[in-house]
Amino acid sequence: MHFMLLLSRQGKLRLQKWFTPVTEREKKKVIREMTLMVLARPPRSCNFLLWRDLKIVYKRYASLYFCCGLEDQDNELLTLEVLQRYVELLDKYFGNVCELDIIFNFEKAYFILDEFLVGGEILETSKTAVGIAMEEAETLQETMEEYMSKPTY
Amino acid sequence: MSPSVRLQEMIRVIRGARTQGEERGVIQRECAAIRAQFRQADNGTRSHNLAKLLYVHMLGYPAHFGQMECVRLIASPRYNEKRVGYLGAMMLLDEKQDASLLITNSIKNDLSHSSQYVQSLALCTLGCMGSAEMCRDLAPEIDRLLRASNSYIKKKAALCAVHIVRKVPELGELFTPASRSLLSEKNHGVLHGAVVLITELCERNPDTLEQFRKAVPELVQIMKGLVMSGYSPEHNVAGISDPFLQVRILRLLRILGRNNDTASDAVNDLLAQVATNTDSSKTAGSAVLYETVLTVMDIKSESGLRVLAVNILGRFLLNNDRNIRYISMTSLQKIVQTDHNAVQRHRGTIVDCLKDQDASVKRRALELSLALVSAVNIRSLMKELLLFLSSCPPELRAHTTSGIFNAAERYAPSQRWHIDTILHVLTTAGGDVRDETVPNLIQLITTATELHCYTVHKLYRALVTDISVQSLVQVACWCIGEYGDLLLRGECEETESVQVAEDDVLDALETVLQSHMSSPATRGFALTATMKLSTRITHNVDRIRSIVSIYGSCIDVELQQRAVEYNALFKKYDHMRAAVLERMPVIDKSSPGHTNGESTGGSIKDMEPTKRTQEVVLPQEPANQVCDLLDLLGGSGEPPQPSPALSTTALGPVSSTAGGDLLDLLGGLDVTPVPPSVIVYEKNGVTLKLQTDKQTDTGMTITLTATNSTDRDITSLTLQAAVPKSVQLQMKAPSGDVIPAHGLGQVTQTVLLNNPNKVSLKMRVRVCYTSQDVVCQDTVQIDSFPSPAW
Repeated sequence: MHFMLLLSRQGKLRLQKWFTPVTEREKKKVIREMTLMVLARPPRSCNFLLWRDLKIVYKRYASLYFCCGLEDQDNELLTLEVLQRYVELLDKYFGNVCELDIIFNFEKAYFILDEFLVGGEILETSKTAVGIAMEEAETLQETMEEYMSKPTY
Repeated sequence: MSPSVRLQEMIRVIRGARTQGEERGVIQRECAAIRAQFRQADNGTRSHNLAKLLYVHMLGYPAHFGQMECVRLIASPRYNEKRVGYLGAMMLLDEKQDASLLITNSIKNDLSHSSQYVQSLALCTLGCMGSAEMCRDLAPEIDRLLRASNSYIKKKAALCAVHIVRKVPELGELFTPASRSLLSEKNHGVLHGAVVLITELCERNPDTLEQFRKAVPELVQIMKGLVMSGYSPEHNVAGISDPFLQVRILRLLRILGRNNDTASDAVNDLLAQVATNTDSSKTAGSAVLYETVLTVMDIKSESGLRVLAVNILGRFLLNNDRNIRYISMTSLQKIVQTDHNAVQRHRGTIVDCLKDQDASVKRRALELSLALVSAVNIRSLMKELLLFLSSCPPELRAHTTSGIFNAAERYAPSQRWHIDTILHVLTTAGGDVRDETVPNLIQLITTATELHCYTVHKLYRALVTDISVQSLVQVACWCIGEYGDLLLRGECEETESVQVAEDDVLDALETVLQSHMSSPATRGFALTATMKLSTRITHNVDRIRSIVSIYGSCIDVELQQRAVEYNALFKKYDHMRAAVLERMPVIDKSSPGHTNGESTGGSIKDMEPTKRTQEVVLPQEPANQVCDLLDLLGGSGEPPQPSPALSTTALGPVSSTAGGDLLDLLGGLDVTPVPPSVIVYEKNGVTLKLQTDKQTDTGMTITLTATNSTDRDITSLTLQAAVPKSVQLQMKAPSGDVIPAHGLGQVTQTVLLNNPNKVSLKMRVRVCYTSQDVVCQDTVQIDSFPSPAW
């Protein structure tokens, strides 16, 4: 996978993950073109597009478009499953996730993504392992924060 | 109050901004505050400030001043600060920034941290944005982590290694031993990472590939376990146990089995099992089946398995889900050359997909339909393609028209059909055709001598209806000019006769001349056509004279020049007019790739008469020709008998050295240099010729042509070929299997030979046919191939 983008229905970027080195300018260009292409697709159309030399797989969940750029050997149908899994992970973490959750807690969305994909490849295929890892990391973080913010007696 | 609320506060404020300007103001203030905070000493809020900055960055605002802060935060001992720091590094730093090198040391330290979550942060960041330098520095650490740590770290280390191998392929050797042992892990995450790593290593290094072939049985076992195992709630997706891992293993098996018989054999059973047992009602199952089909087609699987795979694709084609239909067509496209007949069976469904609403599906269906065109199905398939053309989305039109033209050229059952098809395309989508279409069509029309009357009537009617499509108008004008007498005569066997008066014809041409829709080239065609008619009509010659003289003062220089010269033809050289404007002879098509005069520009300068007759007529410069010729003929006093020769010199720029060569042309009118073809078989009136179309270092394309000089048709003609072991042979579909009698027609078949080892090429061809109700079969050995045309 080359990149994953989350776009709102109004064309606002909610999450961007780039797995190949891309300049800022190029990133903006790609985001713009993806926004134009994907948001213009009629409902119930095919989820696969061709763009430059990449295969684009996109799926709409409520008000968010999840969009991935794939290489030639990547399996498009499997990528649909990857997107589905990511949404399920978000849903489990946030409880009935909606776009606002992702807006206000974007860093958590990134952390979850980093427990699921690394370098464009799937890291963990188990449904539960990602959630467990997030919980334990949170505990570690809270312990630190509590420790830091507790007044010293 | 927890400091992270401040982040959410800021987000709320930004979202509350009503205009773009207001938003910018808020963001500027916040950024200023953040910058100030960065400059201060550590006060416990650094991570939140960076998080705010990252949000601002996502909205599209510049955030480069946060890069150093990322570096600082990564080096912090606190977990939450590290976490945000690494996130910032992945978002703001990429390998092109200098600051990225500064985090290398921190990453190194964190890789040996006591907490696995800190280790994982470092691994994740390195795996996402590590530059080649960083990778080289840290590779030994990653290797260590691959071996001696828990599953949580091992799986991350594996993917980090994948990234390292992609950036610095030489380091692959470092990871090979560790990755081999990872295959015995039980943890799916680690196993998946191991398979991805091994795939990457094998793709880049053929020696490693050899090594890992020995692991095929182990992989087969793992896969079997997944397919046959009971329900595992953790990994189950719609009834498939860990489809992600299954797909990756299949992909690895594909790479290992490619071009290798032993590996392919070992995998045959497994693939059959997966293909039959996987439930494809949901996407997960379809994904696994798709990967299985790709693997079957790519390795050396037995034919039964291949048939199974194609059937699966056929089933996919009928699926309601558009995605699955799309995938199926993509896969069929890959195999349409090698398993042509198998794909042909599904032609009906593919053609139906042309009518799908979805643009992606349409595109795939178009590509596949064009690949499936053959002599047998050309008529029905062309009907569908033309129907598609009338309603196809604009971005596909150019591709469709060129595809239709190619198909028509290769498999046209009759000339009339061919002309009709091209005319249909021009009327439907004339604006999207390539430039060579006009000369190609003209050349085709001249060869179809019996159809001149039919063609000109049809074109005239098209012209009268609509003059906006330039390509159509140009061809129509040319035809009317050339065959105007047939048009005016009125009767025609092939189409219902319409009385066309001379005035009507001239009206039509004048409309073209005067219309603002006509391009300058089109008007040139129209003017020349009008001029030619002066010898073909009887009553309205004066009208033509007046048209021609009007354009003598036209602003367009090209038209003006022509008009002036035509005028001269009327006035001073009226005695020559008839000869000059005589009917042109049949133009011969040169070998594939003939174009307008430009590409053979050199030959024009050479003034070779043979090359001239070879070039396609572009009736753009007849006026020039006339002028020069008149000068020369006026000078030498020679009568203009060789008008056919003169007309065929109507190509490209002519220099004034035409004089001497014209006289040569009188004798030199000759055939085009046909690429040499060798007769390889001649018996019972059946002649088989071989012609080399293309030859490269590692292969060649040849065409076998069969003709029949007996007085009964030869039927059921089949050609089979065998070549030396290392040469790959691919026979394209033949143009038919019936050779008409008396040499009236021929059957051609193209054969592609791929000779990667550059052995001496020999071929044995078996010819089977039925002649006079007797089945004949012969074998010929071909030891040497003629040199190609180019």
